Amino acid sequence: MTAEFGLAALWLAAALAVLQLVAGALALTQRGSDLAGVVRPVAVVQGLLALVAFAALIRVFAITDLSVKLVALNSHSMKPLIYKIAGTWGNHEGSMLLWVTVMGMAGGFVALVERRLPERTMLATLAGQAFVSIGFYAFLLIASNPFERLSPVPAEGNGLNPLLQDLGLAFHPPTLYLGYVGLSVAFSFAIGALVTREVGPAFARAMRPWVLGAWIFLTLGITAGSYWAYYELGWGGWWFWDPVENASLMPWLAATALLHSASVLAARNALRAWTIMLGVVAFSMSMIGTFLVRSGILTSVHAFAVDPERGTFILALLAINIGGALTLFGLRAGTVTEGERFAPVSREGALVLNNVMLSAILGIVLFGTLYPLLAEALGAKVSVGPPYFNPMTALFFVPMLLVLAVGPLLRWRRDRMNRVSRPLLLAAVVTLLALIGVVLLGGVSLLPFLGLTLGAGLAVASFLPLRDRNLRRTPLPIWGMVIAHFGVAVSLIGMASESAFSVERLVAVRPGEVTSVGPWSVRLARVEPVAGPNWTALEGELQVSYRNAAPSVLRPQSRSFWAPTQQTSESALLTRWNGQLYTVLGEEASQGRWQLRLWWKPFVSLIWAGGFLIALGGVLALFGRVASDLRRLIARDKIVYRRERQGR
Amino acid sequence: MAGPLKAKHQRLVLLVIALVVLLGAALLATWALRNQASYFYVPSEIVARPPASDRAVRLGGMVEKGSLHTAPDGVTVDFVVGDGKARVPVRFAGIVPSLFVEGSGVVAEGKLGRDGTFVADNLLAKHDENYVPREMQDMTSEQAKKVVAETK
Repeated sequence: MTAEFGLAALWLAAALAVLQLVAGALALTQRGSDLAGVVRPVAVVQGLLALVAFAALIRVFAITDLSVKLVALNSHSMKPLIYKIAGTWGNHEGSMLLWVTVMGMAGGFVALVERRLPERTMLATLAGQAFVSIGFYAFLLIASNPFERLSPVPAEGNGLNPLLQDLGLAFHPPTLYLGYVGLSVAFSFAIGALVTREVGPAFARAMRPWVLGAWIFLTLGITAGSYWAYYELGWGGWWFWDPVENASLMPWLAATALLHSASVLAARNALRAWTIMLGVVAFSMSMIGTFLVRSGILTSVHAFAVDPERGTFILALLAINIGGALTLFGLRAGTVTEGERFAPVSREGALVLNNVMLSAILGIVLFGTLYPLLAEALGAKVSVGPPYFNPMTALFFVPMLLVLAVGPLLRWRRDRMNRVSRPLLLAAVVTLLALIGVVLLGGVSLLPFLGLTLGAGLAVASFLPLRDRNLRRTPLPIWGMVIAHFGVAVSLIGMASESAFSVERLVAVRPGEVTSVGPWSVRLARVEPVAGPNWTALEGELQVSYRNAAPSVLRPQSRSFWAPTQQTSESALLTRWNGQLYTVLGEEASQGRWQLRLWWKPFVSLIWAGGFLIALGGVLALFGRVASDLRRLIARDKIVYRRERQGR
Repeated sequence: MAGPLKAKHQRLVLLVIALVVLLGAALLATWALRNQASYFYVPSEIVARPPASDRAVRLGGMVEKGSLHTAPDGVTVDFVVGDGKARVPVRFAGIVPSLFVEGSGVVAEGKLGRDGTFVADNLLAKHDENYVPREMQDMTSEQAKKVVAETK
């Protein structure tokens, strides 16, 4: 029953999305203005119905209702409950339902709380949100029904890919989707503003918190995903330039650019058309990412065996949504008058450079991700990896870092470089010291070298905007900016350090033998079989000690799952303040030896710590913005109230 | 700098800067992709047209039966990848994927050494029925059957 209930809720939500689109569009005309009151409530109910459908799917997964085809194909009664629930979105249909749920909820949330936009722009925005939703509802209901029944009911399910049976999976996709799909709000805002031609500071101030919210989740999702890949895949790498990773990085790059250009629009009423364009591009990147991942056109661990017909469907949706938005932009951009002027050396100038560089990086990542498809169409099979992505993105990332150090110190409109040169001297000195230090260490290749030196300078420069400020009265958004920029530096230092100083050791040892990696000595005590709820494993007991300190015990496993039959290696990590020891147990070699793969990765944790700092900066900024909006709202209500009393 | 530019000019200047940077990025990317994209070869292709020894490529084929040997260090494996027409010796140091066995398909990422041995720094085997390297999907349909038939 639950499945049918969920399906009914999904159909109803789709119908309401149609109503939302029609009512919203009609309400913009003079004759249909009576319908204006309907749109917001419909949007809220639509979001709730999508949530009900999603909850129904979670329930059939939680109780392992094998008469539902999706459960039978992707779940197993022996799985721990948490992975049964997480398995809801660990497959194509479930994750698409999560997508439309987030989209519906985001639209409903906007309808519920957003009061700053002019009502007409709001109607157009909600109609735009409904338009995009309808396409994805259709995709779910026609091509990927998650509630389809199976007859006869199988005795047992096929199980979930063991790589995905991990706590990281429970939180990573929902977080990422909140960010990914949350950007649909920015898209719809852009559409709404284009329709009503209301592009200005007020619009940017209304849009900014929504972009910030999505961007925070996206940042967290990417950071968590990177850590998941790092410890779960057992290859010791933290970023593979896998198409799926790129699919999440591209919307992030666009959203980051959008955040910065929206702040120019909000503060200075400049970069109007550009901000609208970025609003369209950011969510378009989310949709392109979904297409790449969901169509199965690029095979990776995320593309859980999907059929290409679905790809055609998503491709058509992409063409309609992106093409439509760009056409609207083309028709209306000319009428969006250009905003205020500014000198090249100014806060605006720096932010424009930041935007151009981010766009260039976005273009490079997009091109590199799509290139294998283009090449295949021409008959060549290629794959594109770090040798392309690392230097090419660095080429534009490095100038962006320099601007990042200077930009926040500059005044709006126009400024002189020699006004800010003195505080920057401090950052320059730190960069120089780092440079000397790295040169003395020696043997560091170009990119990590740049990362370490610029990272050190940027870490200092990111705090410079706080100079001459009373720290207690510094607004939260400024703190947010400082911390996010500091996070970029921290993450950069982590990446560079991992790349420059990692030590790897690959050996086969007998139980009792000792080997070493970097400053660690590692003794393989024994290898024993252990069993879990749906797997058995060989577990190595490693006694590891850092520079002859008291040993700790690590237990890497080589796991064999039986539903589906698959082996995974569970790495074991030991984190110190100055790095991580990463251990993997391999296979049994000749003469009773066991393969061990060990890494010592100095300061690798900074990569993710930086990611969390960036997200924390976003949270502070969001909190500050919302709080000041609320204060303004309350103050306005007080004035209105006072006037009413005086009037009486 | 001579103060804020006129509005009309400013829009133009910004547009030109953005276009120049993006165009530059596109040109650079095209150039880099030509040099850095890693091409996929099957054994008969890599034997007929060997790539430069400093170039990262991918080699896909079947692991020939009886060709898999582990070196005395316990972590280096040697095997032969074939497609029925040509055979290429491959060396790999590392932990092999669990589904890597003789007689099944593999994609090796690495470089072709001057002595004709392919030195792999990563092996992709069929992880499970849901995850097959893209190249291998084609291969299993086109060549694998033949190869398996010949090696049986």
